[in-house]
Amino acid sequence: MEYSEKVMDHFINPRNVGEMEDASGVGTVGNVQCGDIMRVYLKIEGGVIIDASFKTFGCGAAVATSSMATEMVKGKTVEEALKVTNKAVAEALGGLPAVKAHCSVLAEEALQSALWDYAQKNGIEIEGLEEPKETPHEH
Amino acid sequence: MNHGFYFDNAATTRLHPAALEAMMPYFADAYANPSSIYRPAQQVRRAIDEARKTVAEAIHAKPEEIFFTSGGTEADNWALKGMVKQGGHLITTSIEHHGIFHVAEFLKATQGAEVTYLPVDDTGMVNPAGLEKAIRPDTSLVSIMLANNEVGSIQPIRQLAAIAHAKGVPFHTDAVQAVGHIPVYVDELGVDMLSLSSHKFNGPKGTGALYVKKGTKLTPSLHGGAQERNRRAGTENVAGIIGMARALEISMQEMPKESSRITELRNRLIDEITSTIPHSYLNGPQDNRLPGNVNISFRFIEGEAILIHLDMHGFQASTGSACSSLSLSPSHVLMAMNRGHELTNGAIRFSLGIDNTASHITSLVATLQSSVAKIRSLSPLYDDYLKTQK
Repeated sequence: MEYSEKVMDHFINPRNVGEMEDASGVGTVGNVQCGDIMRVYLKIEGGVIIDASFKTFGCGAAVATSSMATEMVKGKTVEEALKVTNKAVAEALGGLPAVKAHCSVLAEEALQSALWDYAQKNGIEIEGLEEPKETPHEH
Repeated sequence: MNHGFYFDNAATTRLHPAALEAMMPYFADAYANPSSIYRPAQQVRRAIDEARKTVAEAIHAKPEEIFFTSGGTEADNWALKGMVKQGGHLITTSIEHHGIFHVAEFLKATQGAEVTYLPVDDTGMVNPAGLEKAIRPDTSLVSIMLANNEVGSIQPIRQLAAIAHAKGVPFHTDAVQAVGHIPVYVDELGVDMLSLSSHKFNGPKGTGALYVKKGTKLTPSLHGGAQERNRRAGTENVAGIIGMARALEISMQEMPKESSRITELRNRLIDEITSTIPHSYLNGPQDNRLPGNVNISFRFIEGEAILIHLDMHGFQASTGSACSSLSLSPSHVLMAMNRGHELTNGAIRFSLGIDNTASHITSLVATLQSSVAKIRSLSPLYDDYLKTQK
């Protein structure tokens, strides 16, 4: 299994690492059973994501997809952020090994979970956003 | 390729130059089929006979009890499939190498065999009393590994084999990780079959052997020509066999010196990691452990991430993490030892060999300190932990 240069770059020099004290929404997905946990923080003002950060427990691909996903949603409106899918994240990283595809799925879920948290806290309904599943992440 | 600092000797080892040298003629001039009758062929036959004698002597067996195979996996497959028949009962452990584990699953699925997996304690040791209880009148075979490939635990094989024999059950041991590293003598252990693999002791890949004690009723493995006393047909891997014998000969000569040198390095590596990196825990026993095996869990982080960092700094090692395996399942060995998912996913195995030195240990520990700290700085589990400490 080999990682693309972009995956390696985002793993060794991850962007947007850190907790966000004043986050508008926080989403945590995954569990230690499968070996990946992602926590995404979003700062949203006027329907626009002005900042995003993450903390991730997991492999190189898990860290890289978290880094790329947070990078991609910055500056986007909430609606635009919903279009940052697992495929889009994987493509932006120059592809992922097949066995690591679940990492990009997890990144998409973490984003949506943070958006859901934001919507809940503010009593907003975001079109196309569903409540995150509580079931453990399956490979 | 530059290997930098190689700490993955349980995966495979560097071919010893003297073994390579011994093999060379058999890739070129000495190409005759050892089963032919002309003189060049007889020279090759004699070289194989010598190699068989060398391997036999190293484990205190008779030459006619050594059967060359394509490696440890073939030897393991043969021992189990040749002994456990339709509806038979096999006793093995929950920490075997896949070369045993998946054969047991196969026998269950296709032969209606019943398999008992003996549990291990949290250091990876089998309880002999458990074996005693598990043996039934219809038990066909007990197969217990001599030394574990992940955590290095060395089982009391002599005692376990005696328990099986007292009830008339034959005993096989997978000694792939042990032969060439610690004394392994079939007469002292009292086993009926034993698997060994050349590339684990600086021999070539693709070669191994199954020791089968005289009188053991084992079905032939490959049918065809009369090679290996009619029990494993096929023209011999001559160069491989010669290289394995030479490598084993050297390992046996060096063992008294090398095993204490490597044990010292091992203990130093364990001490320095666990004393300087917080939340790092040794997996496996303190003593009763292969000289070259170190297995440590780094809490709050995942093994593959650590391996990539180490690789960037020129260090090669292995992990028990689910993420790094193609099957995405965590190490069955560490799970059987009740280490739990977090510690299993954060486990790294460093396996030492002939090339490792004290200065490698120093550099490795320094790299680990910074890599572990960096990866922990990304971890939400570490954040959560720190909050509980405030």
